[in-house]
Amino acid sequence: MTAGWLETLRQRLFATWLDTAVTLVCFYIVWRISVPLVQWLLIDATWNGTSREDCKASGACWVFIRARFGQFMYGQYPVDQRWRVDLLGLLIVLAGVLLSWRRLPDRRAVTTALVVVLPLVGIWLIRGGWGLKPVETREWGGLMLTLFLAIYAGLIAVPLGILLALGRRSRLPLIRFASVVFIEFWRGVPIITVIFLASILLPLIMPTEFDVDRLARAIIGLAFVIAAYMAEAVRGGLQALPEGQAEAAQALGLGYWRIQQKIVLPQALRIALPAMTNEFIALFKNTTLVLIVSLFDLLGIAQAALADPAWVGMNMEAYVFAGAIYWFSCFGLSQWGRLREKRLQTAHGR
Amino acid sequence: MRNASQNLVKAGIASGFNFLWRDSGIEVPFTLTGYKPSDSILALLWVGVVNTLLVSACSIAVATVIGFTVGLLRLSRNWLLSTLAGVYIEFVRNIPLLFFVLFWYFGVLAALPAPRESLSFLDVAFLNRRGLSIPLPNDVTGFRWVLLATVALVVVQWALARWARGRQARTGRDFPTWAVGFGLCGALPMAAFVAAGALTSWDVPVMRGFNYRGGFVLVPEFVALFAALSTYTAGFIAEVVRGGVLSVRQGQIDAARALGLTPGRVIRLVVIPQAMPVIIPPLTSQYLNLIKNSSFGAAIAYPELVSVFMGSVLVATGQAIEIIAITLSIYLVLSIAVSLFMNWYNASHRLVTR
Amino acid sequence: MKFIVSAVAASLFACGSAFAQQLAPSPTLDAVKARGHIECGVHLGLPGFSFANDKGEWTGLDVDYCRSLAAAVLGDATKVKYTPTSVQQRWPMLQSGQVDLLSRNTTITFSRNATLGVNFQGINFYEGQTFVVRTKAKVAKVADLADATICVAAGSTEEKNAADWFRERNLKVTIINFQKNDDAISAYDQGRCDAYTAGIGALAGQRIKFKNPDEHQILTEIISNDPQGPVTRWGDERWQLIVRWVLNAQIAAEAFGITSKNVDEMKAKSTNAEVRRILGAEGKFGDMMGLSNDWAYNIVKQVGNYGESYERTVGMGSPLKLKRGANELWTKGGLLYTPPFQ
Repeated sequence: MTAGWLETLRQRLFATWLDTAVTLVCFYIVWRISVPLVQWLLIDATWNGTSREDCKASGACWVFIRARFGQFMYGQYPVDQRWRVDLLGLLIVLAGVLLSWRRLPDRRAVTTALVVVLPLVGIWLIRGGWGLKPVETREWGGLMLTLFLAIYAGLIAVPLGILLALGRRSRLPLIRFASVVFIEFWRGVPIITVIFLASILLPLIMPTEFDVDRLARAIIGLAFVIAAYMAEAVRGGLQALPEGQAEAAQALGLGYWRIQQKIVLPQALRIALPAMTNEFIALFKNTTLVLIVSLFDLLGIAQAALADPAWVGMNMEAYVFAGAIYWFSCFGLSQWGRLREKRLQTAHGR
Repeated sequence: MRNASQNLVKAGIASGFNFLWRDSGIEVPFTLTGYKPSDSILALLWVGVVNTLLVSACSIAVATVIGFTVGLLRLSRNWLLSTLAGVYIEFVRNIPLLFFVLFWYFGVLAALPAPRESLSFLDVAFLNRRGLSIPLPNDVTGFRWVLLATVALVVVQWALARWARGRQARTGRDFPTWAVGFGLCGALPMAAFVAAGALTSWDVPVMRGFNYRGGFVLVPEFVALFAALSTYTAGFIAEVVRGGVLSVRQGQIDAARALGLTPGRVIRLVVIPQAMPVIIPPLTSQYLNLIKNSSFGAAIAYPELVSVFMGSVLVATGQAIEIIAITLSIYLVLSIAVSLFMNWYNASHRLVTR
Repeated sequence: MKFIVSAVAASLFACGSAFAQQLAPSPTLDAVKARGHIECGVHLGLPGFSFANDKGEWTGLDVDYCRSLAAAVLGDATKVKYTPTSVQQRWPMLQSGQVDLLSRNTTITFSRNATLGVNFQGINFYEGQTFVVRTKAKVAKVADLADATICVAAGSTEEKNAADWFRERNLKVTIINFQKNDDAISAYDQGRCDAYTAGIGALAGQRIKFKNPDEHQILTEIISNDPQGPVTRWGDERWQLIVRWVLNAQIAAEAFGITSKNVDEMKAKSTNAEVRRILGAEGKFGDMMGLSNDWAYNIVKQVGNYGESYERTVGMGSPLKLKRGANELWTKGGLLYTPPFQ
C-alpha cells in the first residue's frame, strides 16, 4: 500500500531531474508565501475585543469585522426586521434542496412554480408593504444587496437571453437583425457605463411621473448586459444540437414554440449550462459596479466601513473578508455547476 | 427624444456637441499625446482613448503570454506545478477585478519608496511612489534608423524562414533559422539604438523639490491597472488554452511522440496549431473583456476614457446624454474592430477539414 | 337688501380667497408634501458638513440646513432622507429630480449656474481653498509646492483652482484627480501625492481620516474663495424661493438674537416688528410661500439659528474647532447678511 503511494508521489513530483528542481522551487515559493499569510490571518490575529485599541498590530484585527458584521451582511437594514432577510434566505436554501432531490415528482411544474412564486415572495419580504413594515431600497446593502442584485438580474436575464438566442437564429430578418443589434450592443460596452446609463440617464429622459427606484434601474441595466452574454451562451448550446432534432419534430407536425419548448431548449440548455453558470458567476462579480451609483453592495459596505474614523487602517481586513466571501460564493457556484454538468452527462449516457 | 431635449432646454441644461470645442482646463497626469489643459475637450477625449488603448494593448500582450504559460503548466505532469497553476486560476476567476485593481494600486504604492529615497538605475532612471521616471531623448530623428534596422531584421528573418522551410521540404534537413538570422543582423537594431542614443542629448529626470522633473513618468496608476488586468485576464486565458489543448485528440500527441518529436516540438508543431481554432473565439471574448475592463481605471485615477470623459468632463459640463453616447460609441467601435480582426485571424488559420 | 349685501360680501370673499390662493404651482413642493419627507442630496461623508455615523445618523452643517428646510416645509425636522452623492453623481441626481436640492458644500460658480441648469440659493458657508501637506515636508506657503504632486477630487472647483493658481505663477505641479474625495485622501495618505487640496473647513473635517493626523499640517494660506450654499434646479420658482428664505431665516434669527432656547419667549414677548413677522406672530409670511406661518419658528425651535448650528457642527463645540471667520454676521465682521423680512 505505502509502496504504491510513494511511487505515485515520485512519478508526479520527482520523475526527472527537471521535475525535482521545479518541485523544490515551488515548495519554497509556497512556503515563503503561506507561512506569513497564515501567521497574519490566524495566529497573530485578534478575535475578541470592542475597539481598535484591542487589536495587536502584527496580526489581523477581526474585531473590526465582528463589530460591523451586521452591516456587512445587511447594510443599513433595520435590525429588528432582519429576520425577513434571513427567512428569505432560508426559503431559497429549502427550494434548492427540494430541486436537487432526485426523485422529485413533476419536476417541471415544481420548478416553474418556485421560479414564479419565490421571487415575488422575496420582493414582498424584503421591501415590505402589505402587512410588513416597508424598508426603502436605500437602506439595503452588504451581502444581502449583492445577492438580491445577482438573483433578480439573473431572473430577468435568463429568459431574455433565451429569447434573444432564439431570435438570433430566427428566419425572420427583422427579428434576427433586432436580436443581433441588441446582443452586440450590450456585449460591446463596459458594464460600468451601462449601470451609469441606466441609473442616471434614464430619469433624465423619462418624464418625472415615472419614478423608477434606483435599485430597480441598476438591476435592469445589469440584466440587459447579462442577457446579451447569456444569449451567446445559449446560442452555443443551440448550435451544438444536431439539426435533425428540430427537423424530426417539424416532420411530426409540431409548431415552432412547441418544438422549442419540448425538444430543442431542454437539450440546448443542458449543453449550454456550463457557459450559463460562468455568466452567472460573472454577474455575481459585476454587482460590485453598483458602487458608482451609491448602492452599497458588499464591497461598497467594506469601503464605507473603512471610512469610519474609529477604525482607521483596517483596509486589509475589510478587503480580505469581502474577497473571501466572493471567492467562496463563486467557487461554490462553479463547483455546483461542474457537479450538475457531470450528473447531466451521465444521465445522458454520454 | 424630442421630449427629452425640450426638457433639457427648459431645465437650462446645455445640450448639443459644441462643448467638445470648449477649452477643457482639466489636468491629466499621464498622457502620450502632449495634451495641455488649454486644449479642447476633444483633445482630452483623444487622451482618454489613447490611454485606454495603451493599457489594453500592453495588458493583452502580457496576459496572453502569462495565460498560455499558466494554461500549459496546468497540464503539466508535475502535480505540484499543475496544482499551483490551478490555484492561481481559481483564485483569479472567483474574485471581482476591482479587488485586484485596488490591491495592485495600494499594494504597489506601499511597496515603493518615497521620492527622496528612490531606487535609481544608473542614476538616469528612478523608481519611486510617484512612478518610474525614465530619460527621454530630446531629438528622435536618430531613432528612425533603429526602426529601419528592426524592419530589416524582420524581413531577413522571414525570408530565411521561408527558404529554410522550402529546403526542409525538399531535403528534410533542419536549419537553425532563428540562430542564423539573429547572428547575421540581430546586432543591427541594437547598434543603431546605441548610436542614435549617443547622438542626441537626453532629458534626464532631475530631483527638484518634491519630485523628479523631466523625462517621461510612468505613473503607478498605469502599472497597477496593467498588472491587475494582465494577471486577471491571464487566469481566464489559461482556462481557454487548457480547453483548447485538451480538445486535441490524444492520438495526435501519441503519434507525434511515436515519430520521435521532442515534447517541445510536439507542443509547438502538433498541439498548438490544432488547438488554436478552438482557442481563438473564447480568446477573442477575453480580449474584449479586457478592453472593457480597462474602465476600472476610474477607480484608481488612471486617466482612461471612462474616468476622463465620463468622469471629469461630465462633471465639468453636465451634458450626460451626449457624453454617454460618445463613450458607448467608442467602446462599440473598439469591440467591433477587435472582433472583426479576430474573425479574420480565425478564418485564415482555420483547419481545412474534409 | 340684506340679500344683496350678503351676496356682494360672499362674492368679494370668494374673490379674495381665490386671490389669496393664486400661488404659482410648485411641483417639487407638492411632491415633497405628498411624499412626506424631503430628499436631500448630501456628501458621501464629510465630517462636520454631512457625515453619517455607523448607525446611519447624519449630522453636519449641510445636514442641519436640510433639517431646517424640513422643519419649515413639513413642520418636523426629522422628515428628511439623505442621499449620499459623489462629486460626479450630484448634478444628474439634481437635474433628474431624484433629490429636491443639494446641500453638499457645493461651490457657486458661473459655469455651473449657466450650463448645468442649477441655481444657488445663498451662501451657508464661506469656504477657502488650501492644501494639507506632511509636516516633515516643511512647507511654509503654497508656492513651496512647486513640482509637487497634488491629489484632488475630479470635477471639483478645487481641481481647477489649483491648476489655475500654479499656472499663473509658472509653477509646475502634477495633479492627480480621483473620482471620490475619499480615494484622493487615501492616496495622499499612502504617499502617492505630496499634498491634498480642499476647502479649509472640509480639510479640518477630513483630518480624522488620516492614519496619523498629527503628521499632517493644513496650510493657512487660502488660494481661492469658495462660497458654498444649497443648490436647486431651474424651474419651480416657488421651491427655490422657499430654499432661499429658509437659509435667510436661519441667519436672520441669529442677527436678532433668537435662539432655540428663547424662541418661545421671543415669539410671545418681542416688540421688534421684524422678529414678530419672522416668527409668525404677525403677518402671514408663511402663506405667501405656501407654508404654514410658523415655518421660521419651527426652524429655530427644532434646529436652531445659524450660529447654534455652526457651533454644534463645525465650530468650537465640534471636533473641527473652526473659527467663524467670514461665516459671522456682518455686524461682527463677517459676511453673513440677509435681506429684511418685510
